[in-house]
Amino acid sequence: MILIHKISNLNNIVLHRIMTKLLEWVSAASAFFAIWYSLIGGYVKHPMIENNMDVILISPIFFLILFGVYAVTVVLYRVFTFNNCEAAFLELQKQIKEANTELTAKGLKW
Amino acid sequence: MAATGVDSEITKSDKYSILLPTYNERENLPIIIWLIIKYLDGSGIDFEVIIIDDGSPDGTIEVAKQLQNLYGSNKIVLRPREKKLGLGTAYIHGIKHATGNFIIIMDADLSHHPKFIPEFIEVQKENDYDIVTGTRYMNGGGVYGWDFKRKLISRGANFLTQMLLRPGVSDLTGSFRLYKKDVLLKLVESCVSKGYVFQMEMIIRARQLNFSIGEVPITFVDRVYGESKLGGTEIIQFAKALLYLFATT
Repeated sequence: MILIHKISNLNNIVLHRIMTKLLEWVSAASAFFAIWYSLIGGYVKHPMIENNMDVILISPIFFLILFGVYAVTVVLYRVFTFNNCEAAFLELQKQIKEANTELTAKGLKW
Repeated sequence: MAATGVDSEITKSDKYSILLPTYNERENLPIIIWLIIKYLDGSGIDFEVIIIDDGSPDGTIEVAKQLQNLYGSNKIVLRPREKKLGLGTAYIHGIKHATGNFIIIMDADLSHHPKFIPEFIEVQKENDYDIVTGTRYMNGGGVYGWDFKRKLISRGANFLTQMLLRPGVSDLTGSFRLYKKDVLLKLVESCVSKGYVFQMEMIIRARQLNFSIGEVPITFVDRVYGESKLGGTEIIQFAKALLYLFATT
């Protein structure tokens, strides 16, 4: 267990040192577009590719929209389920009153 | 029983220095100190509160002195500065005078409740974390006093940050945290940003330096007294910091 942990730590260090998050995104996007271009450019030939060419052509936009929908859904869901800490507010109000009473009794002036 | 004895001895050697940077917190300071004493005194936790007042015109320091007289100068330590300087330098200033081996940082405006401090300490001990950070976004955490717009900005910014930086921590802009003293010193030294995005950079640098981070759900009650701020400048500051960290870490 400890050994596995050590190795994954080491991996983390190496990854961080070599690649920034920006570079990770750039390389992932490059890989995607390299595949996409090889399909639409006719570098890879297969009947299945030719039959679905229009789908392949618009796939980047399709994925972008899909991701947009996902992002909006997740963010809105989290906004509406964001916990309203009514109880914490009421507790604090009560404690502020208690503190005021006690501190004033102890001679604090503010 | 023997184990309990050993545990309590380890506990005894740990001391927690709570840094409270203040600026015009005359109204809130007595309350926050009262709450800290209420939750920590008699719990067996060794602690001190270091008040770093940046020359507040409302006389916060005068109230702080009264509190020091009331609770003792071993519990309440005053380390004021002449004028308003950066948050990072306030931390360094506080660390220099801290006698504890752990540092707890919180806001003095009552948005952070001291009742969570014992939980921070417990979570830290469980896994010997270098940092424990409070999170509003985890189950059990939350906010009070935020309207739809504020929640949307907060959740949207958090989603973007999680996607671009993958920090492994759910709340990056919160400032209620516990640090090992040497860890905090190292982080402050390696951070370049100012203002509230400083908190985000601290966590990202911590990940970069391979420090371990634990999380505690907290409730965030937005300023009971005074105005809260989230304007265009804050959003631009945030976007800049996010892109900077995205491109450099």
